[in-house]
Amino acid sequence: MLESVQQTQTADVTPTTLAAVSAFAEPTHLRWAHLQPAGRALLVATVGLYVSAILLGPLAALGVELAHVGLGATLQALAKPNAIAALKMSLVLTAISVVVNTVVGTLGALAIVRQRFWGRALVNALADLPLAVSPVMIGLAFILLVGRDGWLAPVLDRIGLKVMFSFTGLVIATLFVALPYTLREVVYVLEELGTSEEEAAATLGASPWQVFWRVTLPNIRFGLGYGVLMALARSLGEFGAVLVLGGSISGQTQTATTFIHDALEERETAGAYGMAVVLALTSVVLLLGLEWAKRQKKVGRP
Amino acid sequence: MKIRVEHLSKRFGSFVAVDDVSFEVADGSLVALLGPSGSGKSTLLRILAGLESADSGQVWFDDESATDLHTRMRGVGFVFQHYALFRHLTVERNIGFGLDVRGVDKASVRRKVKELLALTGLSGLEDRYPSQLSGGQRQRVALARALAPEPKLLLLDEPFGAVDAKVREELRQWLRRLHDEVGVTSIFVTHDQEEAFAVSDRVLVVHRGRIEQNGTPMEILDNPATEFVARFVGEVNVLPASLRGDTAHSGALQAKVSGEVPAGLAHLVIRSYDLKLWREDPGVATVQRVVTFGDRVRVQALVDGAGPIVAQFPRRSSLLKNIVPGSRVQIEVTTARAYPAETSSLHPMAAAQ
Amino acid sequence: MTSTAHALAPNRAERLVRSAVVLYIALLVAVPLLALLSFGLSGGTHALVEALRSPVARSALWLTVWTSSVVAVLNTLLGTATAWVLVRYKLPGRAVLSALIDLPLAIPTLVAGLMLAVLYGPLTWLGHGLEARGMPIIFAPPGIVLALMFVTLPFVIRAVEPVLLEIDPAEEEAARILGAGPLRTFQTVFLPAIGPAALSAGIRSLGRALGEFGAIVIVAGNIPFRTLTAPVYIFGEIESGTPRAAAAVSVLLLLLALALHGLAGFIERRIGARHA
Repeated sequence: MLESVQQTQTADVTPTTLAAVSAFAEPTHLRWAHLQPAGRALLVATVGLYVSAILLGPLAALGVELAHVGLGATLQALAKPNAIAALKMSLVLTAISVVVNTVVGTLGALAIVRQRFWGRALVNALADLPLAVSPVMIGLAFILLVGRDGWLAPVLDRIGLKVMFSFTGLVIATLFVALPYTLREVVYVLEELGTSEEEAAATLGASPWQVFWRVTLPNIRFGLGYGVLMALARSLGEFGAVLVLGGSISGQTQTATTFIHDALEERETAGAYGMAVVLALTSVVLLLGLEWAKRQKKVGRP
Repeated sequence: MKIRVEHLSKRFGSFVAVDDVSFEVADGSLVALLGPSGSGKSTLLRILAGLESADSGQVWFDDESATDLHTRMRGVGFVFQHYALFRHLTVERNIGFGLDVRGVDKASVRRKVKELLALTGLSGLEDRYPSQLSGGQRQRVALARALAPEPKLLLLDEPFGAVDAKVREELRQWLRRLHDEVGVTSIFVTHDQEEAFAVSDRVLVVHRGRIEQNGTPMEILDNPATEFVARFVGEVNVLPASLRGDTAHSGALQAKVSGEVPAGLAHLVIRSYDLKLWREDPGVATVQRVVTFGDRVRVQALVDGAGPIVAQFPRRSSLLKNIVPGSRVQIEVTTARAYPAETSSLHPMAAAQ
Repeated sequence: MTSTAHALAPNRAERLVRSAVVLYIALLVAVPLLALLSFGLSGGTHALVEALRSPVARSALWLTVWTSSVVAVLNTLLGTATAWVLVRYKLPGRAVLSALIDLPLAIPTLVAGLMLAVLYGPLTWLGHGLEARGMPIIFAPPGIVLALMFVTLPFVIRAVEPVLLEIDPAEEEAARILGAGPLRTFQTVFLPAIGPAALSAGIRSLGRALGEFGAIVIVAGNIPFRTLTAPVYIFGEIESGTPRAAAAVSVLLLLLALALHGLAGFIERRIGARHA
């Protein structure tokens, strides 16, 4: 009995499939029979309440509230030009961010992991910083840089580039907040991977270009995919920084999230809930993608 | 292809991995770089492949300088310690990789891969992924992949290190046969002396980034050039001794030695199978332990005034009669060598383990 | 030096690409943050103190710090418990729940705030009932705490989960065989392993909570002295054209966030973990 338990346990230290996860649950359950049933029940109840209060309840409430407002009214509110413009703006920003971050994330991670250069650790740390900085402060920081009295104001004036309350501002804000996700993910995968497959390819006559496309990229693809989906989610959902830098001008610099904010201020609940549900559903789809990529990453490891 | 290495050196920070190494490898031979881990043998191999650049020194392939040649231009096949198979490619695509990147047409690649699959006994596995193969199979795929572009030099880094003992023995014999069939100049790195002697034409013993000895397996076994080599190959006893003429005295033990060592203090090195002992009172030593393993028996005894010594006998040896812990024994050394006593530490066995 | 022979040594194109990426990251991240720091500190500490003398700013900072601290502690404890339940108990729907834990990473924080505002707002029987019993959630500090708990939900769970999965069952068995009770086993086998991971993730949730804006702005109501948090205060000052006050509070929060970020990173490097 004990032996079989141990086997299942060891086999599942790194579960690769959900089937495996549930397979090892039964013995664990038995092994922990010594924990008083009351204590167990209390623990499970606490966790259940916690997750319900924070996550499941609010998710359900939004659905119920949407039904309350009515699908017709919601769709009508979403069909208005400013709602469509806001959604379109968010999609464009997200698309730009995804493209830029895929490239920067891959190349940056390759440079950080595979090359030795002065300031490498600093760049690595810098790329992580957007995670630690509040979006509002990011907005403020850019105002101080590109705003009316900002450091770069004279330069921007001369070349006639308007950043504040403009598309450019929105792009910069989105790129900033989404920067760490692909980069970090690829850095992690590259470190795990090591260099021996790339070296093997080189000894077999592959050029650096061939090594990248035929060996490195296929090996990082799921990690990269995971990072890109994270960057996508973050870009789509960014609020504070695009609000400060973009100003949420309806039909111009309003994004899906700032649209919700403004709709709530104006008590346009149908539009706000509708847009919120659109974003929430999108993030559920993204979540499925993230789970898939996560599982592929694990399967892909030897 | 003939390989010549001249005054190669490589350091990593303050660690000297390769220290002024020179040697030659004859065309078509199979050579082992034998040494303990951290001795610099893998670095040496990687420099030959161009995976690492030397700080100084020259590498010549057939009298042409390869020192500054990029890895991919060297035409070298490399088998990595953990195989480094492309995990996202099938066995077939793995083996064909070196031809694919050179733009060889698909039909030719297929043909060559098929040939190599047959040669390496992997036919039928072409559509598997590396994760679906056993250790021995991965090893052979790695070898087939390295051989596919028909390299002029084959380098193998601890080729059998990651497979279990039984498979290793099989692979060894197979590698030797394969080498004789293909005839490509091959250099492999190993820390296992048995492996080096069983497979190779010549063995280069590497220690602390230097070549301690370069010779045939027989030369190295019979005439170890340095104390390190003597300790490294086979189970040996090392005893402090004083040398007078061709006789070494270590406590109560005396031994005739070969080798030209000036009189005075020396290290007496005796292989465990180069000594006889039998029951005799008073004798020179006391038996401490008698251990039987397989067809051999190890007797550990304490030599008066010298220290512990280990002797090996065939299990049925008549000499073993009445030898039990506590017995007094007489010892006769059949073959021994002496080396200048410059090594500071004296740990008999340590190097051999 | 014969660096040309090094198989994976970067060639000229690769070095060029590296320079471009480094420049991009420096321009995008370092320059604006330096601008913020230099502006915030340009008046010297005196100006900083002066700006912080504003009672609204002080109360906003205090509100942010205490709610974030409560959230960090709750998140560390409840997150560890949740990871424990997810890894070790067989519960129906566990796979779905495990996937949902990541939702806060994927959902816009503003939408999260809206969801909470709906559930705990006066429109549902829950929110209505709580308010009637003198426990208002929305437009009150508990709402802020809930919003921050939502956005930091995955942090500790995702940090502790892999560590729990990696603990050798033999260790636990050894402790049990040696006669240790469940609590003692937890203390000796599990706590040393999951403690540092939970701690660094807890620190990260504190850092994240200090800067949260989107999830709070709807839930809190932003009433000065009562539910106005520091990030919302900063936003208000930017809107009303007083960047000095905004920068002073920002610099304070930024330095705090960077310190926490560094501390968490230090712990993670010590235990060889990575953060979510």
